[in-house]
Parts: sequence; structure tokens; C-alpha cells
Amino acid sequence: MKKIWFVLLISSIAYSCGEDDGPSIGDNFDRGTMLGNWADNIIVPAYQAYASDLSALSSATNTFVGDINETNLSNLRAAWLQAYTSWQRVSMFEIGRAETITLRDFTNIFPTSAASIDASITSGSWNLELPSSRDQQGFPAMDYLLHGIDVSDAGIVTKFQNDQNYQTYLQDIVARLIDLTDQVVDDWQNGYRDEFVGNDGSSASSSVNKMVNDYMFYYEKAFRAGKVGIPAGVFSGSPLSDRVEAFYAQDVSKVLFDEALQATIDFFIGKHFGNTGQGESLKSYLDFLQTISDGENLSDLINSQFLEAQSASGNLQNNFSEAVENNNTLMLGLYDELQANVVLLKVDMFQALSIQVDFVDADGD
Amino acid sequence: MWPRIQTYLAETTQAAPLAAFRVFFGVMMLASVIRFWSYGWIKKLYIDPAFFFSYYGFEFVKPLGVFTYGLFAICGLAALMVALGYRYRLAIITFFLSFTYIELMDKTTYLNHYYFISVLSFVMIFLPANAYFSLDARRNPSLAFQYIPRWSIDAVKLLLGIVYFYAGLAKLNSDWLIEAMPLSIWLPSKYSLPIIGDLLQVKSVIYLFSWGGAFFDLSIAFLLLIPRTRVVAYILVVVFHLLTGVLFPIGMFPYIMIVSATIFFSAQFHLGILGYMSKIFRFVPSVFDNGKSLTTTTLQWSHQRLAILALFFFFQIVFPFRYLAYPGELFWTEQGYRFSWRVMLMEKAGHATFKVASEDGKQFYVDNSQFLTAFQEKQMATQPDFMVQYATHLKKHFENTGLNNVAIYVESYVALNGRKSRPYIDPAVNLAAVNDSFKPKTWILPFDDKIKGL
Repeated sequence: MKKIWFVLLISSIAYSCGEDDGPSIGDNFDRGTMLGNWADNIIVPAYQAYASDLSALSSATNTFVGDINETNLSNLRAAWLQAYTSWQRVSMFEIGRAETITLRDFTNIFPTSAASIDASITSGSWNLELPSSRDQQGFPAMDYLLHGIDVSDAGIVTKFQNDQNYQTYLQDIVARLIDLTDQVVDDWQNGYRDEFVGNDGSSASSSVNKMVNDYMFYYEKAFRAGKVGIPAGVFSGSPLSDRVEAFYAQDVSKVLFDEALQATIDFFIGKHFGNTGQGESLKSYLDFLQTISDGENLSDLINSQFLEAQSASGNLQNNFSEAVENNNTLMLGLYDELQANVVLLKVDMFQALSIQVDFVDADGD
Repeated sequence: MWPRIQTYLAETTQAAPLAAFRVFFGVMMLASVIRFWSYGWIKKLYIDPAFFFSYYGFEFVKPLGVFTYGLFAICGLAALMVALGYRYRLAIITFFLSFTYIELMDKTTYLNHYYFISVLSFVMIFLPANAYFSLDARRNPSLAFQYIPRWSIDAVKLLLGIVYFYAGLAKLNSDWLIEAMPLSIWLPSKYSLPIIGDLLQVKSVIYLFSWGGAFFDLSIAFLLLIPRTRVVAYILVVVFHLLTGVLFPIGMFPYIMIVSATIFFSAQFHLGILGYMSKIFRFVPSVFDNGKSLTTTTLQWSHQRLAILALFFFFQIVFPFRYLAYPGELFWTEQGYRFSWRVMLMEKAGHATFKVASEDGKQFYVDNSQFLTAFQEKQMATQPDFMVQYATHLKKHFENTGLNNVAIYVESYVALNGRKSRPYIDPAVNLAAVNDSFKPKTWILPFDDKIKGL
């Protein structure tokens, strides 16, 4: 009997050595490098750019409050749009400090509650730290204050001039955006980066696992449903034109959407923020795993589906609110293209990466 | 034939192995209950969800709200009593009923090893496991026996043998052997393990694991039976299960199997273990060595016990093959998949979007997270019977909110063992109008690929 074991052992060793077409030992895909690329070339630079746009927004706010006129209002709106656009580059990174303070919920919950904002301003008291105040701050609240409190620009200027509470509220929500963002940037710059990159294991709490789950959650909820699905009435049966992002500004929802779409693509392919460099990413990780599994070329399928979504968005008008009222078919078409990638990402990519959804026993059936 | 069977049934053997097994089993089950509780899984799996997926025919089995904790407490207490051999019959029946009730509450949590525990505890109801090294036998010497019928130990071995062998049979398919799937997905994802992490990226190593696993499952019961190979086989059991324990999130299962497999060892071995235990608990084990034999003739209700066990094992041998009665690919349709020792066989992921359509032409999609936990949604998205139950639930929910004559459609995609995701359920079928049954589910779209083998 011992001989049989010996033969089995030898033949299995011979077998494993004989077939030499796989990657040799040490050719393991380096998740640490991918995490480093995400942190150093994408996440942190994007947060820094966003923080700097927020400080420009703060200056423009102070200028406006110091001298309330239509020109300064127009400059402030431009600064708001710039920072709002930069936000689209970081919204998906709800990890670390951003996750603790629920940055996205305090920054970009829409529709904003105009009635609550009006009530706060009338009463002169508000507490922006309360979870219940999420829909009364951030970019959507600014959207309302800068575009929605009166039909004309002159009317908006007059309201700000006549009521100090408008000015204070505006300054408070800008200060709150900056405060929250500074916490996140500080955290990334003082220790969290190394923790994030160092946590390169494969457990459910590893950085890759968490980041991919966060990315997917963002893609499904905030991006696909929030920006497109809900306004198009996918979940309600009829269009909800007041649920679009930047509802009061009217004609920028597409700009914001396009930026967010590009950001999800750039993260997927590992493109560096602000330059043309590219590093290890979900795409290159999938390509590596394909060499082991001989499966589909998933990264190509996902990439081309992203392109489909971009071209579907190209047909839309800038104002999503009008888009869902005038020609919702186009909006629903965009939703379908985004949804098709939910399947590729959440089913095929999750399977290929063996991402764990939850910590619970499972024996694979 | 009949005389040989009668001779076999009349054989007795040392009671120590079954007694040791009883102690191990009880301790492992108590540990499992404590572990489950301490992880907060009672709340997470049985109290927090708003909806539960029942097994066909067991719709009345539901979580008991906050009393679910009490159910687990009863189960843990029964496990402790089994370990001590205290009021054994009552304890093992209580354990079987409470554990099985827990498993029937939501099929989302179905695991082969939970099923294994259920059937094993069922078998133990009919075995005289308290004849030796038990409080029962100590309190009442008339219950103490040094020897018990041989079949009562062989029943446990047979069940273990079936589990391993059928798990091995299930691996004899082209995905497992030719494509090395799903291990080609699972093993590379364990890149961060020390020493073997890099090896798990190597294709030939993955094939070695696939073939080795199949070979292990098919042969291990026989190797454990043969005295000459027993020690080597047991070392393999330990290595195999520890490895699977490191590689996969399968909780207590590896340890339960490592401990259970000791049933194959000799009485001498178990006497040693029990002697060691009695030293720890400071009592003299020889009180049980009374030389008395419990035989098939003297064992109460022995004919009934044997008849039930015979029926049980016949069922265990036949039931896993029920899939042959269904058309289509078993891994794809999962008709006849569960309760058949198909362990760690496939990587299946899905995404299902449900569309609600009411009489007046209103149509919209459902946000699954409003109704299901992430874990439930994941399980639902790859298993047709879950989808039917969920659709029925959605229909009821939306009709209660004022919609009339609601139809539920699903757009679903499933990826199996690394194949690209493809449409799973016919999107034109109103799932809320489908009656779940054991009949073939004609609304599952074809797999359009072939997995050869058993």
C-alpha cells in the first residue's frame, strides 16, 4: 500500500511540473500595486482636486456674500458647478473616513428638501450635523439656493440681500462641505493610504474586496438609479422629472452624469487622475485571471458596454428634467445600457474576482 | 443471504467508539451553536430579514422572532446533554428537531453540512450511544453496556461513507475534471495565503487540487475502513479538511468531519481517548466496563430501529439521483441539486431584476434591497424556486399597496463556473402565476452548453 502512495505522490509532482503553460510561481498578480495605483494616482489626487475646487467655491461664496450682485452670483454658480463636477470623481470612494462620516449622503442627496431649507432660513436655526438634515445641505441645497429660490436672478439676489439668514446658510453649507472633505483628505494623507494599500489580502474586509463592493454599490445606487433610473421612472412607473441631479440649475445634469460615467470608466481601467498615465486596475486584474481560467475576455466586454452607455448619453439633452418629460425613451435606453453593465460587473466580474458579498458560511452551492 | 445478515445483526462490538463519537458530536454541536450566536448570525439571518424563503412543504416553519434565541438555546442545551449522555434519547430527539427546525426556517442558509448534521442526528436517535461513558449509564447501571450491536457503529460509518463517496461522484464532471472549475476561480483569489498563495495561481496546482479532491472523496471511506491504510487515510482527512478550512468559508465543517472520522478507529483507540477524558473529569471509566452486552435481541424496539435505518439508507442512496428525472443541466436548473452531497461544486452568480406590471398598464422595477438582505438576494438570483417565492411575495405586497392584478416578471442573468453570464429565466413568464412544484420548471431558459459526466 505504501508503494501506491509513493507512486501517487511522484506522479502528482511529475504532473504538476510537467505542464508548464501556466504562469510560474511568483507571477501572482500584485494587488498591492493595484491598490497603490488606486490610492496614489486616482483617489488621493481626485480628492485633492476636489478640495481645491471647494476652496475656490468658498472664496466665491465669500465674495458673493460680501457684495451681493448678479455678476458675483454668476461667478459663484460657476465655482459651484466646477466643485460639483469634481465631486463626481470622488463620490464612488466611500471607504475609510468617507465611509465613517457618510460623506456621500451629506454631500449629494437629491432631491433636496426646499421646504426644510426655507423653514430653517425663516427660523434662523439649523443643525447640519443631524442625519435628518442630509437633504438640506451639500450641492443639491446650494443648487436650490443659487438657482431655485426665485424665478429670476435679480429676485435671487434680492432675497440674499434682504435676509442675512440666506447668506449664513449658504456659507454654512459650504463650510460643512469643506469640513467633511478635509477630514477625508487628511485621513488619506496621514496613515490611511498605507493602511489601505497594506490591506492587500483576500478576506471580505480586505481593501480590494471592500473597494470593489463600494464601487459596485455606487454604480448601482447613486449612479445608475440616482442619476438616471429614478428620474426616468424605472422604479415608479412614470417619470419623476424633479428627481434629477441639479434640478434647479436645469441644464447641467448631463454634464455631471458624463463626468461620473467617465470617472467609473477611468477607475475600471486604472487611468491616472489628471493625466494620461495608466496603472494596475480591475481591468488588468481581470486580464490576469483570464490567463488562468481561460474564460471570456471580460474586461473587453465591460469596456465596450461602457462605450455603449457613453454613446446613449450622447443623444440626451443637457437638462435631464426635460429629457425625461420630452423623450423618456432615450433616458430609458441609457438606463438599459447602464444596467447591462451591472450584470457584467456584478455577476461576471464579481465571479471572476471571487469577491465576497458577505461574511457568512457557504459551501459553494 | 438471510443467515449472513442475521449473523451480522447478532454481532456485538465495544461500545467505546460510539460513546466517544457521541461526546465529540455533542461538543462540536454546542460549539457550533455558540459560534453562530456569538457572530450575531441569529439576528442577522433569522430576525432582521423581513421575508424568509421556505422549503417546499415546510411553509409553516418560520423564525420565531425573539424566541428564535430560545430555539438556539434549546438546541445548544440538547447538544450538551448529548455530549454528557444525560437523558440521551430525549436530548438527541430534541437536538434533531430543534436543529432541523432552524435549518428549515430559511433555505437561503442551506448548506450540505447542515443537512449532514440533521441526518446524522436523526440516525443517532436510533443508536444506543448512551450505553457507555454516559451519565445515563452511570446513574442507572442497568443501562450500562460494554458491548453494543456492531451495526450501531457501522450505521455512522455508512453515513459518512455515503457523504464522501457521493461528494466524489458529483465531482466526476467535465467542469471539475477538464476545466478545473470552479477551483480555477476560487483558488487564485486566495493569493494572500502564506506559502501557498502564489502556488494557487498556477494552473497545474489547480488541476492537482481538482483531481486530488475527487480522488479523496471517492476513496477515503474505503481507505478508512481498511486497517492497513487507516492511519494514512486519517492523516489525509486531517490535511484535506484543514486545507479546505483555510481556503473556503465553511465554518465548523472541517473540524466536524475530522472529529467524526475517528469513528473508523479501533475500540482500543477510543478507550484511550475516553480514559484521557475521564482523567480530566476525575472519574474511573472502568465503571462502564461491566462485561455486559446489549444485543439486537435485547435492545428495545430493535426491529423498528433497523427498519427505519434501512429505509433511511435506501433513501440516502436513491434520493441524490432524482436529478435524472429532470430535463436540462442540473447545475443550471438546480432541479434535484440540494440534499445530494454536491459540495463546493460550482461558482454561480446571478442578477435578477423584477418588473411589476399592474392591470392598468403601470410598470416599474423593484429594488430588491427593500425586501431581501444582500445574502438572500444573492441566493435568490441563481435559484429558480427562490424566484417564484419572491415573485409571489412581491405580488402580495404590491396588491396590498393598491395595485390590481399584479404580474411579476424577472430579467435575470446567471454566470456558471466562469462562463459568461446569460439570460436565466424567461422574461415573458409571469412568475407570480407560476405554482412552485417538483415538476420541471419549463420557464428556465436553456443552458446551451454541456457539462458532461454524472
